[in-house]
Amino acid sequence: MTKLLQTFVNSLALGSLYALTALGYTLVYGVLRFINFAHSDVFTVGAWASFTLATGAVGHAASSGVSGDKLYVLMGLWTAVAVGLTLFHHYRRGLPLEGVAKALGAGSVFLVGLLLWVRSNATPTLSVVPVMLLAMILCAMLGVTIEFLAYRPLRRAPRLNVLITAIGVSLFLQNVGQLKFVFGTQPQRMPALVEDRSLLEIAGVHIRLVDVLVVVLAAVLLFALEALVYRSKLGRAMRAVSFDERVASLMGIDVNRIITITFAIGSALAAAGGLLFALKYESIKQPADATWVLLGLKAFVAAVVGGIGNVRGAVAGALLISFVEVFGAAYLSPHMRDLYVFVILIAVLLFRPSGLFGKSVVEKV
Amino acid sequence: MTDGEKKPAGQGPRGTLAGGNPRGVTVGDPTRPLAARVGAFRPNPLVAGVRSLYPIVIGLVIALLLQTLVAPMLGPFYAKLLLDIGIAIVLAGSLNIVNGFAGQFSIGHAGFMMVGGYASALVTYYGSIKLGWLAPNAYGVDVHGGFLGSGDMLFLFSCVFAGVVAALAGLVVGLPSLRLRGDYLAIVTLGFGEIVRVLVQQTSDVIEPAKAAGASWLTAAKHLGGPLGFTGTPTYVSPTPWLENAAGEQTGHAGIFFAYAIVSVLLVACYRLKSSSKGRELLAVRENEIAAEAMGINTARAKVVAFVTAAFFAGVGGALFAHEIGVTLNPKELGFQKSIDLVIMVVLGGMGSITGVVLAAAILTLLPELFREFAEYRMPVYALALIIVMIVRPQGLFGIKELWDLGFWRRYVIPVWRKIAGGWLIPKGEGDLPAAIAKRLSTERAGGELAKAKDSPSQGARRNGS
Repeated sequence: MTKLLQTFVNSLALGSLYALTALGYTLVYGVLRFINFAHSDVFTVGAWASFTLATGAVGHAASSGVSGDKLYVLMGLWTAVAVGLTLFHHYRRGLPLEGVAKALGAGSVFLVGLLLWVRSNATPTLSVVPVMLLAMILCAMLGVTIEFLAYRPLRRAPRLNVLITAIGVSLFLQNVGQLKFVFGTQPQRMPALVEDRSLLEIAGVHIRLVDVLVVVLAAVLLFALEALVYRSKLGRAMRAVSFDERVASLMGIDVNRIITITFAIGSALAAAGGLLFALKYESIKQPADATWVLLGLKAFVAAVVGGIGNVRGAVAGALLISFVEVFGAAYLSPHMRDLYVFVILIAVLLFRPSGLFGKSVVEKV
Repeated sequence: MTDGEKKPAGQGPRGTLAGGNPRGVTVGDPTRPLAARVGAFRPNPLVAGVRSLYPIVIGLVIALLLQTLVAPMLGPFYAKLLLDIGIAIVLAGSLNIVNGFAGQFSIGHAGFMMVGGYASALVTYYGSIKLGWLAPNAYGVDVHGGFLGSGDMLFLFSCVFAGVVAALAGLVVGLPSLRLRGDYLAIVTLGFGEIVRVLVQQTSDVIEPAKAAGASWLTAAKHLGGPLGFTGTPTYVSPTPWLENAAGEQTGHAGIFFAYAIVSVLLVACYRLKSSSKGRELLAVRENEIAAEAMGINTARAKVVAFVTAAFFAGVGGALFAHEIGVTLNPKELGFQKSIDLVIMVVLGGMGSITGVVLAAAILTLLPELFREFAEYRMPVYALALIIVMIVRPQGLFGIKELWDLGFWRRYVIPVWRKIAGGWLIPKGEGDLPAAIAKRLSTERAGGELAKAKDSPSQGARRNGS
């Protein structure tokens, strides 16, 4: 009983992480009809960015010996580049998004300030929120930059080319991340922003603060996204672009702007997932490590299993995947956990190629 | 004399107009049924079969020359590189069949390679123990016999076995691909690669030679080395057959010959596939699946054919890799990264271009070795190159074209080659077709019979040249 409950809690926490990442895949697939292979790397960048920010916030990097301040300079430079690119992008396109970019820039300056204040005064736990928001902003910019530089020139290209480009971007992020002056190849230890204590005990199962935080933050973000997609004007525009890009543009929707925003949202969610993942599993490995590649893949499998392009399906798929994986690891064989996920994937694709909750679409000429 | 007569056109395996009239039928006679007139152009099947083997024979000769003349000149380091290039060509060339010709994006190709590699290692390692070829040398298992001796035969058998097992795996992956396209297929192949890797990692350590003789094949198959890799595979693929140990026994094997022999078989198979109706089906599927289906192509079957063929050669490549000197077959090395390396070769070379992929495989194998100090920047640069090529030149450097389709090649290399090789050795390129048609038109317009062409000077030149 204890084991069952413990496994349940673990799966729930892992599932919410998968869900956050899976949503990025689903959102991008919804509007662009291609699988953004680079998304899992944005997730990884999110984890590393939050590691960098957190070491800055706590004031020391436990194992790396790199001072937090140096990392701050790096992050600052990166923010500047990202803001610059975003501004340039919107200036050149003449889109009314300049304000958004400025707000993002100003917001990140404010958040850095907040972080520095937290660092000097309060407990580390408080810094989770500014760290998360900053990481989300950074990754949103990264996502938008990727979309602008790599995917936009290929908007009308065959799908295979876009797919290869996406793999190229993924490889690029992975391997640049491994360079010495970026994140390096050494595994790092995430500073414990959240105290490791159990909130309550049910039938011998400790419910840890981290797990609760992960599930609650993920749930908040998911509900916010749900509201955004199904209840707001922007969400309606997104759904319209997803339904039919051409007709949407005839209805006065700026398709490129919607795509940019979609990338920003997806990448921000991935960054949040990255931070929560790093909080839960403190050791973060090098970007090209199999763990990270696999993690992104599993999130992707979750999106496909739930029916790609379907927001609620992605969450359901993520939970299904995590439950199968964690329960399989606990009760069958811990070495085969990756196998279960891919077997599910292949089974779903064989019997319901459009996913459990997806609508099957007949291709028209 | 017209232009068409100057160039002895169309002396390819199909026997076009200028290639003679083997059955003595009046070809141009419009009263005869079309089928008979077309059939008259076909050479005797036996002749055609023998002719089609020419390129492979040439390939074998080149492989032998590389092994006996080029490799000693290069020295051990570069000979090893030559060997690596050969293996890379086998792998990238096989991926080209499914990615390039059929346009089915597979990113789990290393999975097939792994299946083949482990199958062949199983055969050679446990097989040579069961055959009693034990010797107390460093690798645990003796590499038996000289050039094309019993050891090499076992190795060649294991290559074929590896290919067949990998082809079966290809069938298993290809069948789901009947229902999937594009991105989904990519994921399934990726999942396949991961599944193979995980399964191999579950196996136990390799049984020592002394204990393995009594083990059954099933037991042996459960002991493939696991995460540490298959240690002790015999090194049948070494670049330097002339090396000897202190006792004067030959320790090297003619790996370059085997690798390039397989390369030549693969390239000829690819070339003939590309210009056959089956290959055209694949290209049609790649260009537009719906249109291909509307043209009556069984797209599902075409895709499975592509998968199985590609998997076969990937398995053979894996067998070469498994027996290469200095390589321990391990699941980590043949993971996602390896698949991606192969994809980069195919994409940069040009999806569907055989010579382009060969060039890309050679260059991308050489570059990291030549620029070792920049090893850190290899992957970022490759990735960037991938993105830029996709944006600037989406069809890859060569596109679907071959080396001999390029302008300078057509202008300078092919005429010289024709002069040297005459009518027998040159594969029938697409360039010959217009010439043949032009010639036919010109002879028909002149009201002349084809019999005239028999006595034309070009015919004589051809005979002298061959």
